Amino acid sequence: MNAATLEEKVWRRFTPAQRLARFAVYLGLVTAIVVSIQTIEVIPEFLLDAPEQMADLLRRMWPVAFSYYPKGVHEALIETLHIATLGTIISVVIAFPIGLAAAHNIVPNRLLNHIARLLLVSSRSVNSLVWALLFVAVFGPGALAGTLAIAFRSVGFVGKLVGEAVEEANRGTIEALEASGAPWLSALTFGYWPQIQPAFWSVVLFRWDINVRESAVLGLVGAGGIGMALDTAMNLFQWDRVAMVLLAIFTVVIVAEIVVTAIRQRIL
Amino acid sequence: MDNTAALSIRNLDKEYVRGRPVLRGINLDFPGSGFTAIIGPSGTGKSTLIRCINRLVEPTAGSIIFEGRDLVLLPRRELRLARRQIGMVFQEYNLVERLTVMENLLSGRLGYVAAWKAWLRRFPQTDIDDAFGLLDVVGLGGFANQRADSLSGGQRQRVGIARAVMQRPRLILADEPTSSLDPKTSVEIMTLLRDLGRAKNVPVIVNMHDVELARRFADRVIGMSGGAVVYDGAPAGLADDQLRSIYGGEDWLQ
Amino acid sequence: MSADVARVAFPADWRVRAGWLALAAYIVYATSLLEFTYARFMVGLGNGARFIARMLPPNFERWETLLKGLTESVEIAILASALGIVISLPIGLLAARNLMPPWVTWPTRLLIALCRSFHPVIVAIVFVKAIGFGALSGIAALTVASIGFAGKLFAEAIEEISLKQVEAVRATGASFMNVIFYGVLPQVFGRFLGFSTYQLDSNLRNSTMVGIVGAGGIGGALFAAFQRFDYDFVCAMLLSIILLIFAGEIIANKVRAIFVERTRVDEE
Repeated sequence: MNAATLEEKVWRRFTPAQRLARFAVYLGLVTAIVVSIQTIEVIPEFLLDAPEQMADLLRRMWPVAFSYYPKGVHEALIETLHIATLGTIISVVIAFPIGLAAAHNIVPNRLLNHIARLLLVSSRSVNSLVWALLFVAVFGPGALAGTLAIAFRSVGFVGKLVGEAVEEANRGTIEALEASGAPWLSALTFGYWPQIQPAFWSVVLFRWDINVRESAVLGLVGAGGIGMALDTAMNLFQWDRVAMVLLAIFTVVIVAEIVVTAIRQRIL
Repeated sequence: MDNTAALSIRNLDKEYVRGRPVLRGINLDFPGSGFTAIIGPSGTGKSTLIRCINRLVEPTAGSIIFEGRDLVLLPRRELRLARRQIGMVFQEYNLVERLTVMENLLSGRLGYVAAWKAWLRRFPQTDIDDAFGLLDVVGLGGFANQRADSLSGGQRQRVGIARAVMQRPRLILADEPTSSLDPKTSVEIMTLLRDLGRAKNVPVIVNMHDVELARRFADRVIGMSGGAVVYDGAPAGLADDQLRSIYGGEDWLQ
Repeated sequence: MSADVARVAFPADWRVRAGWLALAAYIVYATSLLEFTYARFMVGLGNGARFIARMLPPNFERWETLLKGLTESVEIAILASALGIVISLPIGLLAARNLMPPWVTWPTRLLIALCRSFHPVIVAIVFVKAIGFGALSGIAALTVASIGFAGKLFAEAIEEISLKQVEAVRATGASFMNVIFYGVLPQVFGRFLGFSTYQLDSNLRNSTMVGIVGAGGIGGALFAAFQRFDYDFVCAMLLSIILLIFAGEIIANKVRAIFVERTRVDEE
């Protein structure tokens, strides 16, 4: 503001401290990019070759092997949807108590809140592929490992949002219930649940949409679903079949997104 | 200033929907200076008329001769160059809210500054000096680095006027500049518009629905009704029966 | 008696009940597909216990491999984010329906949907097969993913801007680029920055995974250690990855704080 009162009327958009901080970020960014370019191991031949190789690959993907769908893709696709759906359901069952335990207004115990938050953070920090690798090691390859991987990865996401929704719930309604002498569980089902219900369904649907996408990849580490069909076709270099699998994934993901968007618009 | 009109509107028609004209056969001349108010009820095409002049709204037919050239016929690039000569003030100020007051003023010079210089905020020093001068004139001396969305309505409109004047325009258009403001601020804003127009010797065309304000400030009043001009003359000549023909009815006159 | 029947405080909504029933039936059916038996569960528990026992304590002896993998992951994330965001800016603009005609937005939106539908690891495996093993494939895959997500968010942010502000800048006779710089960008800059740091964060997570299919970064070493049952090394790598992701989140928050004045970045 004092810029205008300066004698020479110099106009500067930012204060010196702001400009220094911004400059530091720009410098850090440029340095990071330059250092990355210089040290990363990229084989120059591969780089030069890349456009041609991609074009070649796309040519080999055409025509798409639609005839492969009934015998090699359909079942795997359905399995993927089951992994995503069942994984989401299991995650909700696990996430609900943890999410409530993380909300201070439900469980007024700081230690329990922190433990619950730690559980949620650890669930989110581990990629679903890593969860899948862990569960394949424990239960062997197959859809079970995939389902549990999706469930454990989603717990953090669902639990965090459930906790936040509960903490934002209107106190007045709950106070009225408590004033009437309602026990804790009744206050929960009649006071909180109606308030967080729209947010809850929205979160669950959103996560299911993400899980459809994520479960498609789990087969690459042996955790079931369409990823296994993709892996097989790729290892045999059957690119027209690969194209079929990719097309199937694309279709399912788009349809899932459209469905979820439509439902969310209706319930919100 | 010469005596030929700076702006001539000839047979201007506008239809948003085919067969339902909003403006019909408008013919108007504006000399190189003076303060003109266009009055009329809402929905009578005042706003459309103002916006047709700098082609924020595309006219359906007719011509708009500005300093010897027909704006309606100009290709996009030429139109852009012509728009630099025409400052515009909006009802809801239309400041870029997340930019500072100074950046909003300097955006009046964007037609003259290369994109990369604008990006780096490197404006000519003369423009910056002008901007500081104008800020003092509109009474916002200390506000240069304040963000536009932190200002009150009246302050925003002052910035809006300053932005238009920054263009060093040959014509200033104002589309309901006081309709979102309280009466006292409205008077201040109109005073500012009139005084700046006089000081810079630029014609100002304002459309408004407040008859009293128009009478008080304008050198000339144009009354519109149903998409056509029904009165054009001095504010003193604006009698009740003329107002009746503009606004219809008479209950509101009492 | 008959009056009592008519006055029920909570009338049973048969649709809700049918919904819960269908859900229960689905869970039973889908679970049966997982071939989850008691015997398998017990074997799994045993495996799990052994697994955890072998994970602890984490083994940092091969810290050089670990550090090399992590560095490569970070570099992949930085380059892919930079490239992805630079490409996303024009793509987002082209996909914004309030500024561009339909014949431009439709193909652009299709491209964005295509990029977003596939999990980055699936895109990575396609690139690995096409242009070979290594970081280049990882960068390409995450660039595609960035276009899918950042491009969509950019487009949505642009579609929400106030056109009045744009009109005012246009009325001054500003050139197209200047209208973008002064009328459009200031309105979306804060959100763009938020999305970009979010994208960097997301790319960092995924760059630790693309190595599983041979696209560079620590994922390769992680997968190899899994297959060799080097679980204590796996544990060390997972801990490092989590630490890295936390560090990334903190830096992202700092950068946002420097650039966004007075207003909060809209959380996504």
